[in-house]
Amino acid sequence: MIAETGLAALWLAAALALLQLFLAFAGLKGGKPDLLVAVRPAAVAQGVLTAIAFALLITLFLRSDMSVLLVATNSHSMKPWLYKFAGTWGNHEGSMLLWVTVMGVAGAAVALFERALRRDTHMATLGGQAAISLGFYAFLLFSSNPFARIDPAPADGQGLNPLLQDPGLAFHPPTLYLGYVGLSVAFSFAIGALLTRQVDAAFARAMRPWVLGAWVLLTLGITAGSYWAYYELGWGGWWFWDPVENASLMPWLAATALLHSVTVLATRDALRAWTVMLAVIAFSMSMVGTFLVRSGILTSVHAFAVDPTRGSFILVLLALYIGGALALFGWRIGSVREGAPFELVSRETMLVANNLLLSVILGVVLIGTLYPLMTEAFGHKVSVGAPYFDRIAGPLALALMVVLAAGPLTRWRRDRAAAVCKRLLIPAAIAILLFVSLSLLAWGRIGLLPFLGLIVAVSVGAASIAPLWKRNLLRTPLFTWGMVIAHLGCAVSLAGMACDSAFTVEKLVAARPGDTIQTAGWTLRFARIVPIAGDNWTALQADMRVDRGGAPVMIHPQSRFFASPPTTTSEAALLTRWNGQLYVVLGEEVEGGRWQIRIWWKPFVTLIWLGGVMIALGGALALVGRERRGWLLKWRARRAAA
Amino acid sequence: MRTIWIWLPLGLFLAFVGLFASGLFKPDDRVIHSRLVGQPLPAFTLPAAASDRPALASSDLATGKPRLLNIFASWCVPCAAEAPQLMALKQAGVAIDAIAIRDARPDVDGFLRRYGNPYARIGLDARSGVQIALGSSGVPETFVIDGRGRIAYQHIGDIRADDVPMLLARLRDAQ
Amino acid sequence: MKAKHQRLILALAALVAIIGAGLLAVSALKDEAAYFYAPADVKAKGVEPGKAIRLGGMVVGGSLKRAADGVTIRFDVTDGKATVPAMFSGIAPDLFKEGSGVVAEGSFDAKGTFIATNLLAKHDERYMPRELEGMNYNASTHEMKAEQ
Repeated sequence: MIAETGLAALWLAAALALLQLFLAFAGLKGGKPDLLVAVRPAAVAQGVLTAIAFALLITLFLRSDMSVLLVATNSHSMKPWLYKFAGTWGNHEGSMLLWVTVMGVAGAAVALFERALRRDTHMATLGGQAAISLGFYAFLLFSSNPFARIDPAPADGQGLNPLLQDPGLAFHPPTLYLGYVGLSVAFSFAIGALLTRQVDAAFARAMRPWVLGAWVLLTLGITAGSYWAYYELGWGGWWFWDPVENASLMPWLAATALLHSVTVLATRDALRAWTVMLAVIAFSMSMVGTFLVRSGILTSVHAFAVDPTRGSFILVLLALYIGGALALFGWRIGSVREGAPFELVSRETMLVANNLLLSVILGVVLIGTLYPLMTEAFGHKVSVGAPYFDRIAGPLALALMVVLAAGPLTRWRRDRAAAVCKRLLIPAAIAILLFVSLSLLAWGRIGLLPFLGLIVAVSVGAASIAPLWKRNLLRTPLFTWGMVIAHLGCAVSLAGMACDSAFTVEKLVAARPGDTIQTAGWTLRFARIVPIAGDNWTALQADMRVDRGGAPVMIHPQSRFFASPPTTTSEAALLTRWNGQLYVVLGEEVEGGRWQIRIWWKPFVTLIWLGGVMIALGGALALVGRERRGWLLKWRARRAAA
Repeated sequence: MRTIWIWLPLGLFLAFVGLFASGLFKPDDRVIHSRLVGQPLPAFTLPAAASDRPALASSDLATGKPRLLNIFASWCVPCAAEAPQLMALKQAGVAIDAIAIRDARPDVDGFLRRYGNPYARIGLDARSGVQIALGSSGVPETFVIDGRGRIAYQHIGDIRADDVPMLLARLRDAQ
Repeated sequence: MKAKHQRLILALAALVAIIGAGLLAVSALKDEAAYFYAPADVKAKGVEPGKAIRLGGMVVGGSLKRAADGVTIRFDVTDGKATVPAMFSGIAPDLFKEGSGVVAEGSFDAKGTFIATNLLAKHDERYMPRELEGMNYNASTHEMKAEQ
């Protein structure tokens, strides 16, 4: 019954989306403005129905209802409840249901909470959201029904990929999805604005909180995903330039550019066409990413179900929505007036440079990701890995960081180059000092990119807190704090990346229990190997006593065996210290009773994720700050009127 | 000039769609094909995998009549999906033998009870040795063996309903 | 400066940045993209030592040898037509064993041994179910039918 109710809720939501699209169209273009009254309730009802459908699927997973095909193929009654819960979106159908749920709930939120937008643009936006949702409802109902039954019901399920049985996975995909799909709101805003030709500062101010919200979640999702890959895969790396990772990075790059250009539009009414374009591109990248991951046209370590029919379905949706939006852009943008002009040395120019660099990085990541596909069309099989992305994206990211340092220190509209340089004096001095001392200390021992990365990270970190210089910190607006914290987060993250690639020490040995291993100032005493059992796995665990002069600590890297499906995974042991992480992986047993052990000492590697969290926190502060200011202004206006 | 800039994104996007479509619809050759097509089967002898079917050796496959050799496992979902197609082939008079990969007899028995048993003989390949010798890289896979014990065709993945006529034709060609 | 000049300078900067990045990307792709070779391709076409490639095939049964240090392994990769010796230092993935499919990243040394820096064993031994979704299995007729 539960499954049937869920399916019914989905059909109803799809019907409502169709109705919402029709109402908005008839109300705006068909000369029946009365119909517009019903658009918002339709959007809210749609959000509620999708949420119900998703809650029902979660219930089915928690109850291990094996008569539902999706539960039978992806879950197991012996699995811990957290992974039953996470199993809901750990598969294709469930994650697509999550996708439409986020889309429905976001549409409901736009209907309920958006007050700043002109009414006709608001209605057109909701119509746009309904149009996009409709395609994904069709995809879910016709080719990926999560509520399908299996008869007879199997005695138990097929388990879940053990690699996916991890607390990190319970939360990082939903966060990522909230961000990915949250960008659909920006997309719908762009459609709405193009339809009503309202591309101006008021529109940008209305769109900004939605972009910020999606961007914060996307940032958190990527940060969590990176940490998950770092400790779960046991390869010691934190970013592999895998197609799945690129699929999440590309929307983030576009959204970051959008976030900055929307600020230019909101503050100075410039970059009109460009901002609309970015809003279209950001969600397009979410869809392209989903297509690349789901269609299986690119091979990846994180592969989802590979299915050409589904791929063609998503491709049709892509062509329809992105192609339609770009065509609408081409058709309408000519009638949008040009925005306000600005001087060459100004905050606007800095933000244009930021947008340009982000777009170029987005372009090279996209080319690198799709290059195997292009060459395969000509009969060559290639793979593009980290060397390409590091070599191209690395220098571009460093240039972006320099712009990041200068931007907030440049005035809107017009500034003097000399004045900007003067404000950058201290960061520049720090950079020179670091360059000299690092050259003397470590020249030739660390690569050029991490070398420059360290210098840029420290000096940009100093520059990013400069906007607070000589200000009353208590009276500094919250959104300025947000910007400073987010920019500082970029520097912190870069510092972590540079330290990791410059100073990591790696050791690979085969050792017997009782042996002692010395590396990077640490002493590891390999005590013994013990078998242990978990909820649905058994493991061989190494007990090691590690110290670097102080009190020893026990760590326990494991090699785990899962019964359903039969798989072995290695669980790395992580020891976090203020200045880095010790990362130990247990391999297999070799001749002579020896065990393979791989040890990394990674100085300051945790800064990478700390920076990511700071960036998200900065975005959240900016969001709250802007909204709070809006409320305060409105409240004061109302009081003045009374 | 402005017009070009305005329509450029759409043009670029359409080029990408073309690329995606070509990637999606070209034949997928990422799986490793057996180099043994046209070659005689490697010699092997396997114990019986099910309680009510005899064991399988390579000599059982050279009977003068073309046969199918199905590689499956009880733990494999697509193998259950292709079971009805195998039953249909059996009903069409095709002789089918099978190799169960990394399996156990009770599991195979249970699988056959649930999904039907179209097989004449089933060998148990507990460590995938024969599977590898055959050049198969996963389950399910199905080989067409001609009357002299040579591999005539390798089908990778599950047999769908629309693959059945093709397999029947391959069997006829292998006469 | 007039607004028009500003615009021109910005547009030029944008153009230079995009073309520059494009050229950079193309040159980097030429150097860094790793081509996929099967052992037969290696024998037929030859691969210059030091060039990063991906080598794919099966690990020959009985060829896997471990060096005395316990962490270096040697094995042969075959595609049925040709066989290439390979070497790897590190913890091999769990699905890597004799007879399994493997894709190795690395390059050839001067003596023709493939020095793998990374082993990617096939990630999943199951083929993904393609048409199982929305299907119902009927135990008496042995038919799978789409759910109504």
